[in-house]
Order: sequence, then structure tokens, then C-alpha cells
Amino acid sequence: MSQPVSYPMTDTILIKGASLLGDQSADVLLVDGTIAEIGSLSHAGARVIDADGLVALPGLVDLHTHLREPGREDAETVLTGSQAAAIGGFTAVLAMANTSPVTDTAEAAERVHDLGRVAGLVDVHPVGAVTRGLGGEELAELGLMHRSRARVNVFSDDGRCVANARVMRRALEYVKAFGGVVSQHAQDPDLAGSTSCCHEGEISGRLGLPGWPGVAEEVIVARDVMLARHTGSRVHVAHASTAGTVEVLRWARSQGIAVTAEVTPHHLLLTTDLLGDYDPTYKVNPPLRPAEDVEALRAALADGTIDAVATDHAPHARHDKEHAFVDAAFGMLGLETALPVVATVMVESGQMSWADVARVMSTNPARIAGLDAQGGALEVGQPATLTLVDPATPLVVDRDQSVSMSRNNPWHGRTLGASVHATLLRGVPTVLEGKLQ
Amino acid sequence: MKKHLLSIDDLDADDIATLFTTAAEMHDLQHRQVKKLPALRGRTIINLFFEDSTRTRSSFEIAGKWLSADTINITGKGSSASKGESLRDTVMTIAAMGVDALVMRHGASGAAHQVSQWIDAAVINAGDGTHEHPSQALLDAYTLQRRLGTLEGRHVVVVGDLTHSRVFRSNVKCLAKLGAEVTVVAPPTLMPSGVAAWSAEAGFATAYDLDQVLPKADAVMMLRVQRERMSGGYFPSAREYTVGYGLTRDRLRLLGPDVPICHPGPMNRGLEIAADAADAAQSAVLDQVSAGVAIRMAILYHLLAGEGAAQ
Repeated sequence: MSQPVSYPMTDTILIKGASLLGDQSADVLLVDGTIAEIGSLSHAGARVIDADGLVALPGLVDLHTHLREPGREDAETVLTGSQAAAIGGFTAVLAMANTSPVTDTAEAAERVHDLGRVAGLVDVHPVGAVTRGLGGEELAELGLMHRSRARVNVFSDDGRCVANARVMRRALEYVKAFGGVVSQHAQDPDLAGSTSCCHEGEISGRLGLPGWPGVAEEVIVARDVMLARHTGSRVHVAHASTAGTVEVLRWARSQGIAVTAEVTPHHLLLTTDLLGDYDPTYKVNPPLRPAEDVEALRAALADGTIDAVATDHAPHARHDKEHAFVDAAFGMLGLETALPVVATVMVESGQMSWADVARVMSTNPARIAGLDAQGGALEVGQPATLTLVDPATPLVVDRDQSVSMSRNNPWHGRTLGASVHATLLRGVPTVLEGKLQ
Repeated sequence: MKKHLLSIDDLDADDIATLFTTAAEMHDLQHRQVKKLPALRGRTIINLFFEDSTRTRSSFEIAGKWLSADTINITGKGSSASKGESLRDTVMTIAAMGVDALVMRHGASGAAHQVSQWIDAAVINAGDGTHEHPSQALLDAYTLQRRLGTLEGRHVVVVGDLTHSRVFRSNVKCLAKLGAEVTVVAPPTLMPSGVAAWSAEAGFATAYDLDQVLPKADAVMMLRVQRERMSGGYFPSAREYTVGYGLTRDRLRLLGPDVPICHPGPMNRGLEIAADAADAAQSAVLDQVSAGVAIRMAILYHLLAGEGAAQ
């Protein structure tokens, strides 16, 4: 992999010797954005990527990203967020609606969609707000967003919970008409109000920080599962963070209720014990939980109770984190480190195979979001949208090397057990040898 | 002694003994006509109070002045966040003026801890949110030690809104370091979260029934209960709180005549403490206030002029 980079410009790429989903090794020929051939191949004139020792996965899909544009272009833009996504091995991201203005109209959705097209590094799919202005009261123009150029399928008031049961019920019913899904930020505002800044438990009790208990998530998940059953619609649980949520999800699945769920990389590894120094880098919503929750989330991801890993990449300008802990902004970076974290936590531990990683970071999220051009199998005829992972080269995280505009990186200084070598979007390399193209 | 005083965790039992010895010397000074010592001449102390405070701020101010430091008060209501300036910018600006110590009160837990990582001056936590108030705990323990002779093996009962109390969090640490047995009493809604998981290690017991605990008390510390907690559903009414957890005239009789009664102030007379208890001969409330100045002089002295202090 130390081969000098001077590839000829061509529409034909030959990936030599990649381990497909961590299994058998093969050469993969990409022609005109499609997987043309798989086997033991040579092809004169093709641009060759030496993939010896690399694992090929379908391009990663992130169900949960904050790109901050429009409104907070000092924290991230669609372009810099796309760059971070590509570096992290992603080929599609869903951009959350809590921008300024909120993505609650067709026009706002098309603007984000078009900015993504211009950046051209990943497919940027705007998530539409469930309610106008994220106000929680009146439905946003869900149908018009769906019919727009942006083809919005996923709706979420993320950052806020759709707390009103009547509004949630109507949203679930309404999106049935076009197969949409509501992604719920499950946080009962009566049990976890605006000052709740961390997990409520021993650590918050000692530190004197206002906490929010796991039950504030669980009661909403339980309610929404019953609403999904009642309406016959689909609900998606964003950033599941507690063992109790896992229990509810497991029951819902046993009943055949249409519920899916995601977990973030940080909830798979980081715990509330990190709050001892009141470092707002670790302030995130839902909060970091105790080790028992982390264990339950890992097990649920491995056994399929949780469908997907989603980053909740949440860039913030430095000054928005340099407040007292309760006043600082919620959120942490995640796009560039998601796959290395999952490799460390789930693959190195033997809880998951690379095929499982493909399932939770590509196939399932693409299916949940209804993205036909993403999450395909590594088979002839599928889009040449894939990610090459180097499991032998750890990622040593240096926040100042990030292509994100922000530095709220909880992984700074850590060594993670794999790195992203290359990302290809419909046959076009967006990242090679870990560098943006 | 460490550079900063952010938490009782920053002190070991020897440090506390040293502070108490110095405080006793300073305490004597209060009875002299000329109260000024030259120890901190030329040093600048800023009292940076983001939250209203009368007693703590004036206590630190007098302590600084009696040690001949230049003391300046800066008060700003509300968090810096609401003004659009980051906390870091606010304190870096003040530190850049060249201060030796920053005495800081902030409504957010951990604020003093964060600030100590940004600036060079010594940071003294004068209360951070619902986290700690170390100088209050020191003056409480100092007062009790003078009354009781020692805290070793003595049973101190702390009663009130523990969830929202920085005085409780500092006091249990300080009293445990001095060998006291501590029982904290509150309704379950005002117990700090997860307390069962950490009380044993932190060296205190918990109880819901004040009447069972009081007869065994060597000292009682009543904490302020804010009336707005009722709207948060923590308890139904002031009357019900008083019946369950107030130091009423009836409960005063459960105490021995030499059991000191402490309250960090300001007191809600009639709610958590009856006037009879607040004004009883065994009340230590005003002793606490006068000890406060002495303790804060000792803190400033040791952090700024004592052995190993940053010059």
C-alpha cells in the first residue's frame, strides 16, 4: 500500500486482492460506476488499487449526521461534513433537520440536497423535520418534502423529542402514504428537561450535575412502539442509549412491530465516568451512560436487536464548548472515527464479523432510509460504491488532523483498531490511502 | 497544599489541620482593634461572583482585606453563556489583568474546576452549582471542632435538600476526613441521585426518618430548602416539609442541650428551622459566620503566601 499515487484518469478501476466482507480475497473490476467483474482479474489500462490486506465493504451509510449548514457554517458545512464522511468511509449521510432555518419545507430540503450534490463526495440526503420549526405542535410539510427533488423519506425533530403523543401518532399515520419513517429522539421532556446535561446516576449525584435518567428515553420508546403497532407505521429509534431501551426493542421485535433502531459509536465505548473533569467534550445527548448500558447496546447490535450504527456527528464551534458544563453545547464528532470505533469494539472483541459491520453500517441503514443506490451487495451489477478498510493499521486520532471544521472530538489521543483506506462513490474514489481525492 | 482549592478532595487531613491552626490565629485577630496583617500586601484577589451572594462574598472580601491584599469584586448575574461570551473568554480576560487568586462563585457545577485549567492564578471555589462549597465545609467543621473538642467518632446529622446542596457535598467529604460519623436525612425526592451506590465509600449513611436519627446526634446541620422546589414536585408543601424534616421546637427537645445546631444561611425560619432552634443557646449559626472569615483568611494565606505557594 505504499505504492506511489499516480493513477491514470480512467473510468475503470481494478481493486486487487481485497477481502470481500472480510472473507475470501478477490479482484474487483469497476467500470462506469458499476461492479463489472469479480474474480482473479487483470485489466490493461485500468487504474489499480492495491487492496492486499484490505477489507472491502459496501459504502457506509450514516443515518444521523449534523452538517450545520445552513446556519452554523462556522461549525461545519455540507462540504466539510461531506469530506469528513468520505474520510470515514461513508458514501451517504442523512443530514438532520435542526439547522437554521430548519429543514421543514421542500425548498429547505432541496437546498441541502443541492449543496450535497455540489460537494459531490457523498450522497447527502436531508432529513425533514416532523414538526414545523421543530416546535412539536404542527406537522411540517412532510409530503411536499418527500415529493421534492430531495426525495425525503426520513423525518425527525432530532435534538428534540416529538413529545406530544397526538402529534407523534399523526406523523406516523401520515408518512404511511409514501413509506416514510419517523426517527425519534426519545427523551421525555418532563423527566429530562432542558438543564439535564448528563446521565442521572451515581456520577451526576457526586458531581452535582442535573442528570437525565434512562427511563426518560425508555418511556418514549415504549410509547412509540405501541403507536407504531397502532398505526401500522414504521418508527425508528435514534441513538438508543440504555439497556431498558434494548429490552423494549427486543419485545417489540418479538411482536412483529415495525421498529428499527440505531446506536452511536460513542454509546458503544464511552461511559459516564469520563465526566469527572467536567470536560464538555463529553457532553452529548443522549448522555454517555454507565458500563452496563454500553454492554447491553453492544449485545443488541451484535444480535440484531439494534439495526444500525449511526454517528450523530455533531460539530460545534470551539466557543460553544468553552462554557461551564451545563451551559456548553451537546454533541461530539463522529464521522471520521465511526468505523474504527466499531472495529475496535465489535470486531476485535469477536462480537461481530466484517459482514456484520457491512450490515449495521451500510445495508441496514440504506434499507431504513430507503436508499436504493446504497448498501448494495458486493456483486456484479451493483453500484461501485464501496469502502476499503485496513484492519492492520490503527487510527491514532489527532483532532487537529480532522477535516471537520470543529474540534469537539472525544476520541482525541486514542488509538482505534482499524482505519479507512479508500472510499469509492459510484466508481469515483473520494478517498485513497486515507486522503481526500 | 495544592495550588487551587476546588473541592475538599484537594485537601488531606493534615492540610485541614494546618488550615484550622492558622484559622485559630486569624480568629484571635478578629477581637483586636487593628485587624490587618501585611501577609498578602501587593497581591490581588478577585472575587468573581456569577451568582448572588452576600455572606460568602463579603467574608472573602474581609479576609483578603485583613491580609492586606487588594480585593476586587466582580459580579455578573446569569451565566456568561447568556451574554454570548464563553466562560473561558470571561475568565481569561480577568486573568490577563494580572491577578494572584480568583475566588469564584458560579451557578454551574464544575465551573471552578474548568477555570483552573485555563488560567495561571490560584482558583478558590466559593460555590459551584450544586457541586461543592469547600470553604463553607471547612468553616462548619472548624466551628464544630471548637464546640465538640474533636470530630473523631462524633455523629453529625445533615438534614435538607441534599440533591441541590453544594454544602452537603463538601461537608460529607470534610467530616469524613476528620473522622466523624455522618448521617444525611432527606425525603427520597431530595436524596442525590445514585446515593446508595456511593454513600458507603464516601463515608456517610442515609435516612428518611429524622426523628429516629436526631436523638443520636452530636451535632445537627440544617440545610436551606428553596421554596421553588415545591413546584418541581420534590415535596407537596412547606407545611409538610416542616413536619417531616424541619428542626421544630418539638424536635429541639430531642437534642441534648450541648448539641450544636448549624445552618449555612440564609435561613428560612419556620420552614427548615424554627426560630427557637435558630436562636437557641446551642445554635452555632453566628459562630459559623465569624469562623468563616478566619477560615477564608487561612485559605488565602496558605494558597498565596504559605510554603510552596505559587509566587
